[in-house]
Amino acid sequence: MGMEGIGARVARKEDRRFVTGAGRYVDDMVVPGMKHAAFVRSPHAHAEIKGIDVSAAQKKPGVIAVLTGKELKTDGIGNLICGWMIHSKDGSPMNMGAWSPLAVDKVRYVGDAVAIVVADTKAQARDAAEAVEVSYDEKDAVTDAAAALKKGAPQLHPEAANNLIYDWEIGDSAAADKAIASAAHVTTMHIVNNRLVPNAMEPRAALGHYDKAEDHYTCWTTSQNPHVARLVMSAFYNVAPENKLRVIAPDVGGGFGSKIYIYPEEIVCLWASKKSGVPVKWVADRTESFLTDAHGRDHVSEVKLALDKDNKITALKVDTIANFGAYMSLFSSAVPTYLYATLLSGQYVIPAIHCNVRAVYTNTAPVDAYRGAGRPEATYLLERTIETAAREVGLSPAEFRSKNFIREFPYQTPVIMNYDAGDYETSLKAAMKAADYDGFAARRDAAKKKGKLRGIGMSCYIEACGIAPSAAVGSLGAGVGLWESAEVRVNGVGTIEVLTGSHSHGQGHETTFAQLVSDRFGVPLDSVSIVHGDTDKVQMGMGTYGSRSGAVGMSAIAKALDKVEAKAKKIAAHLLEADEGDIVIENGELKVAGTDKTVPWFQMALAAYTAHNLPEGMEPGLKEGAFYDPSNFTFPAGCYVCEVEVDPDTGDTEIVQFVAADDFGNIINPMIVEGQVHGGIAQGVGQALLEGCQYDAGSGQLVTASYMDYTMPRADDLPSFKVSTSNTPCPSNPLGIKGCGEAGAIGSPPAVINAITDAIGNNDLTMPATPQKVWAALNAN
Amino acid sequence: MSEVSMVVNGREVSGTVEDRTLLVHFLRENLGLTGTHVGCDTSQCGACVVHMDGKAVKSCSMLAAQAAGSEVVTIEGLAPGADLHPVQAAFKEHHGLQCGFCTPGMIMAAVDMIDRHPGGLDEKTVRAELEGNICRCTGYHNIVKAILAASEAMAKGKKAA
Repeated sequence: MGMEGIGARVARKEDRRFVTGAGRYVDDMVVPGMKHAAFVRSPHAHAEIKGIDVSAAQKKPGVIAVLTGKELKTDGIGNLICGWMIHSKDGSPMNMGAWSPLAVDKVRYVGDAVAIVVADTKAQARDAAEAVEVSYDEKDAVTDAAAALKKGAPQLHPEAANNLIYDWEIGDSAAADKAIASAAHVTTMHIVNNRLVPNAMEPRAALGHYDKAEDHYTCWTTSQNPHVARLVMSAFYNVAPENKLRVIAPDVGGGFGSKIYIYPEEIVCLWASKKSGVPVKWVADRTESFLTDAHGRDHVSEVKLALDKDNKITALKVDTIANFGAYMSLFSSAVPTYLYATLLSGQYVIPAIHCNVRAVYTNTAPVDAYRGAGRPEATYLLERTIETAAREVGLSPAEFRSKNFIREFPYQTPVIMNYDAGDYETSLKAAMKAADYDGFAARRDAAKKKGKLRGIGMSCYIEACGIAPSAAVGSLGAGVGLWESAEVRVNGVGTIEVLTGSHSHGQGHETTFAQLVSDRFGVPLDSVSIVHGDTDKVQMGMGTYGSRSGAVGMSAIAKALDKVEAKAKKIAAHLLEADEGDIVIENGELKVAGTDKTVPWFQMALAAYTAHNLPEGMEPGLKEGAFYDPSNFTFPAGCYVCEVEVDPDTGDTEIVQFVAADDFGNIINPMIVEGQVHGGIAQGVGQALLEGCQYDAGSGQLVTASYMDYTMPRADDLPSFKVSTSNTPCPSNPLGIKGCGEAGAIGSPPAVINAITDAIGNNDLTMPATPQKVWAALNAN
Repeated sequence: MSEVSMVVNGREVSGTVEDRTLLVHFLRENLGLTGTHVGCDTSQCGACVVHMDGKAVKSCSMLAAQAAGSEVVTIEGLAPGADLHPVQAAFKEHHGLQCGFCTPGMIMAAVDMIDRHPGGLDEKTVRAELEGNICRCTGYHNIVKAILAASEAMAKGKKAA
């Protein structure tokens, strides 16, 4: 590696604009003639719309247009869809209800959009939105998924009888039952994975601009995947054909999954721009974000884990109910199925696994992928159960895990996944050493002397990243391929532009992607620019989610670099009158190996464009593109150890140390990877201790709809983290990268809860483990 | 409507605004200083922190009219020209930011924090003092590291001067 190449801890190129306030987010964009939008939203969780009177609103100062769902439908704008088909175990396709971008007949959750108001200022738009009179016929609401399945529950969609979207299974039920029946020990758990609100710090926003002269639309939007947004808005929502629609996702202030989806607002802003003749900007306020961003998690599961007399795991059986909210969000159906149940083998040899999942409509915000997406749910379920089983049979949690670890690769699990590489024992040992696991008993005794209860908990997670092999996900129901594209343009002066379909919303692609290029050609990092987030610049891409930018996005760049390198060597060989097989690229020069004959990189590039002296038949220029389609998922894994002190008087939990030992395969920039782990852990600790999205069961009102009510992790809720990595390179992609974006959020919640339940000696505790809950659990007996 | 005048980043500015206009909207919309962000509606997140007469304030929690006659510094005015303020440099050096959205508020709060603790800072104090700023990306680990490093660098700089 060079100073700026693969493995170097390079400070980020993009930081200067962010630390000086020069970042450009959607809300910072100004288009001549731009006006502002406010949405009229349902105050009810479930109601029929009897009528909408916009006359008073239209007379309000500054109002340009007030538009409703009826007009939207008349103009042929389509319904929102879920793009991943899941079939129930009886073979029937999932029951998807209609989701109009503006509700026409019925509203199904608090925040459902009913109308849009466009006015000169944001304040005027909001004032006028309050003057829109909607007559509602209120109906009973249901917010809990299990309750929604019960007889007599309020019904959301005519397409989904009993609110059931699908009843799906994976694995061998009979084999699991048989193993459980003959087990020496069975651990039984009731696992609740609490609903979370992603809360990227930048609220969602959209700016739609219809250009009448060109009959062309531009949409600036807070998206993790602008190309997917363009494709879906063209193919399914009839906003505009792709060649008439440009989608730009400029600087985006965090996503965590919530900005993957195409929401009603961007569709409606584009449509409203044409309708009203002005560019239309909408920016969510925080409460709107709480109400309408896709939420995460919300699973309830029954679990049985069977062990033989040697404490080897023989079977796992799981029954899960997943709350989908009021509508099926874009990738919602894949989360509790192929991103969840396929990871239930964890790091362990489990001969028989069966999982049944029922997906259910409720009168709550749509639920979709949130950092980890299904894998945190699988990990929490398994690692809580594993830790509990170890306690029940009297083995140390580490010994029990180690005894059951998968040790030979490739390993075919009973639930589709084929793990290609890993070394779980190394991560376990690294985490235990970093945490001084052996010294815990002494620390516990010391804590006891000062009146505190100290506990230690562990979690060994695995995730499937590098999403995903297109043909494989296609066969499982995905509506899209999950490859990535890249184009490398070497300019005439030797500077390089890399166009990528990945999108950075905090991940630092402008630095890591440039490191890859710098490493390959020995050119300075500053001579490499990364271009992303604009469908007019980058032809096509699948975006950033599922920890895929490194493993898939950078692999596409590597493929394009291969082609550039091959042509550059041909040109250099011609200029140096040498054989192209003898050309090597070092420190920004192309050399004939073993001689002092060189041509500088920039001179080779210039030669490509002057085209005065190129090999016979070679086209001028130096620009190559590539699509990379992964051949397998990647499998990051690791071990997390959490140590807590509980105050028995108040139930307050303090995290006294948190250790992460991860195996991400090869790493481009360790500083950025560590940052990803830190952030992931904070979100996982947030889920475990602080964050719980609450709907009022009777009214369906979102009780936690602001930062006054929903507890975000703050600096004084968290310790500094001890993080380290080991490396078993991923064999399925050219860079050996596994991905690191979600691990922290996946591995940490069970470690925290295992630590608290260890401290208080009561395993009956749900997330978030608030002081009240911990105190109650401590005093339950 | 009110006529408000103030000094922003060393320049005298004025504008006619609706009475209900918040300082943050005056900065962003009237002056085009979009480095100051709005992340919540309840003065919790701190993305909007600026300095008014030398003190950190949440610009979403006060009217533009309340800032009339005062001296306001935003993230854009923290350091002259191409220079970075030591806190800006420390955030870059220690990877104290990811998506960058909370960063301007974090930096403005950190500068104020360091000013108020001339005797230096420790981790516990930094974490407690960051109570009013939310970051969703970094887990605060590197933000704390950056503020401690900046505090030390600035103390050394003062001694040298």
